[in-house]
Amino acid sequence: MAGTSGKTSGARSKSAARSKGGAAKSSPAIVEFTKEQELSAYRHMLLIRRFEEKAGQLYGMGLIGGFCHLYIGQEAVVVGMRMASKDGDQMITGYRDHGHMLAMDMDPKGVMAELTGRRGGYSKGKGGSMHMFSKEKQFYGGHGIVGAQVSLGTGLGFANRYRENGAVAMTFFGDGASNQGQVYESFNMAQLWKLPVVYVIENNKYGMGTSVERASATTDLSQRGASFGIPGEQVDGMDVRAVMAASEKALEHCRSGKGPYILEMITYRYRGHSMSDPAKYRSKEEVQKMRTEHDPIEQVRKRLLDNGWASEDDLKAIDKEVREIVAESAEFAQTDPEPDVSELYTDILL
Amino acid sequence: MARMTMIEAIRNAHDLAMDRDRQVVVFGEDVGYFGGVFRCTAGLQKKYGSNRCFDAPISENGIVGAAVGMCAYGLKPVVEIQFADYMYPAYDQIVSEAARMRHRSAGQFTCPMVIRMPTGGGIFGGQTHSQSPEALFTHVAGLKVVVPSNPRDAKGLLLASIEDPDPVIFLEPKRLYNGPFDGHHDRPVVSWKNHELGDVSEDYFTVPLGKAKIRREGSALTVLAYGTMVYVAQAAAEEAGVDAEIIDLRTLLPLDLETIEASVKKTGRCVVIHEATKTSGFGAELSAAVQESCFYHLEAPIVRVTGWDTPYPHAQEWTYFPGPERIKRAFAQVLEG
Ligand SMILES: Cc1ncc(C[n+]2csc(CCOP(=O)(O)OP(=O)(O)O)c2C)c(N)n1
Ligand SMILES: [Mg+2]
Repeated sequence: MAGTSGKTSGARSKSAARSKGGAAKSSPAIVEFTKEQELSAYRHMLLIRRFEEKAGQLYGMGLIGGFCHLYIGQEAVVVGMRMASKDGDQMITGYRDHGHMLAMDMDPKGVMAELTGRRGGYSKGKGGSMHMFSKEKQFYGGHGIVGAQVSLGTGLGFANRYRENGAVAMTFFGDGASNQGQVYESFNMAQLWKLPVVYVIENNKYGMGTSVERASATTDLSQRGASFGIPGEQVDGMDVRAVMAASEKALEHCRSGKGPYILEMITYRYRGHSMSDPAKYRSKEEVQKMRTEHDPIEQVRKRLLDNGWASEDDLKAIDKEVREIVAESAEFAQTDPEPDVSELYTDILL
Repeated sequence: MARMTMIEAIRNAHDLAMDRDRQVVVFGEDVGYFGGVFRCTAGLQKKYGSNRCFDAPISENGIVGAAVGMCAYGLKPVVEIQFADYMYPAYDQIVSEAARMRHRSAGQFTCPMVIRMPTGGGIFGGQTHSQSPEALFTHVAGLKVVVPSNPRDAKGLLLASIEDPDPVIFLEPKRLYNGPFDGHHDRPVVSWKNHELGDVSEDYFTVPLGKAKIRREGSALTVLAYGTMVYVAQAAAEEAGVDAEIIDLRTLLPLDLETIEASVKKTGRCVVIHEATKTSGFGAELSAAVQESCFYHLEAPIVRVTGWDTPYPHAQEWTYFPGPERIKRAFAQVLEG
């Protein structure tokens, strides 16, 4: 997504704080996007959505084994964050990671081929859906163990400060993960050592089959750093503009040496937790309501049309282009060979 | 008598234990409202209330630590760690607290707890959903380690574990939840509903800890296996026409040395099988134990068939998994010796 990380400095503020939880800790304002920004956000979110739909299909066909967690519904979070970030900022997340990699401009072919366990995958087929990395694109994984990446992201932040490189470690984790003990060990260290880390809590309301209310004593997760003095705010994670505005503020806070920042993105996952989720813990109506009333892509689409910045045909053309990229990745992921058996013994001390 | 899957048998064991003893509480991630990701606790919250069967946040360290505290005050927690692969954050509490509480309090406090964890591979889980960490527990004095291989044993061993006054690590081979698996991944799956070991009494019964079970009597060699590998060994023996005596250990700690010794002294040959990696795996302990007690009866070196010393792979799972072919080669090797 390089090149889209434009500043919104010229952009106008419109509405005031919108999400629940009080003005002090919610997004300061919605920043209007320029036409280019809307189009860029649209295209990148659509790429993630189409990619995930395809991954779901391949899974259904038996071409992807094991665990696969789709990001559908949450696209605005990673896209808005990436639009605010600079090249050089790192990203690290859990196992729901495909969207993050695409937002970091990793090649869809390499991501899809990792899902199918092929040698052209980002981990040569050795990592699978949950474990992919790209040094070149500053993507630090892809981690299957809930919460583990939060400590790693903290270490990335330390390295940034140590090297004085001006970069920020964008460390993503879920509402469920926010109850892991190591998250709080990390918060303390990050604030103690004033590390440039934005902790992005993607609150999609469920950790697997357990709702936030059933797992968390306090549900305003943006305040989870309060006892360490880490500022935090809740953000409408379905609105890419709100995400970008909040991210810019958080990144700036980190870059200026003030230490970590917490952004709680209020979002929603449309699909099951993973591909084998019986979805008995929430109603179909709840999912449907989010899809029809809050869809992050539809919101941008509507604004593009309303503003006359794109026609239906223009948007169809973008969709076509995106579908081609995804089809190509799926094709590659099915034709690329499996890794050689000898790969089992590489990258490991024997 | 009813036909049950291993999941149903485990659920039934929970139900009976909760019904019989009010000190038994059941909790873990997604365990209450949702009924567990493998459905092993489905219906318990409804039946016994959310005071006795409940959800825990994703906090493995806290879950096990809290359970240790409950034990100290006389409760009998049965906790689920969703996959054995997620147990590492809790390892400190298991080793430093649960396993040693009895010893360091000179018997004033014990830990009558069960920590259930699905274990093992064969489900395309990759490196964070397929591990077999039994040796990390068998190395710890103060723990008991149980690995059932069928619905009947799962129920009886779980009830015995809940009754036991000390901490029991209860490893459930997840590939066996719905049916036996002999390593032939390209063949149709068999359900416990069509298998005699799926016959489980609905009454309360226990299978004693520390007692192995001979699954196949034979005279040519002794196989020491547990969990999924019991079925893979059986398939290998049948396909190779080897008269193997297959011992399902069922409990790794305490180990049923008596049964092992009697068998190896009879056959003079021994193959040790597990899915976990080889180096410092439980097979090393088994080999040493057999060597110590049966050295003069052995006619060939003991052979281990294990997972490779690598992380559990995403691609090439069936190269990693010790399937029937590898076991047949091991049979040939010990029979040659
Ligand atoms: C240490 C650990 N415990 C449990 C799990 C199993 N698990 C995987 S995802 C998940 C839910 C996480 O929820 P959340 O953090 O909200 O992220 P989301 O899936 O909603 O993106 C659980 C319990 C795990 N992978 N690692
Ligand atoms: Mg969540």
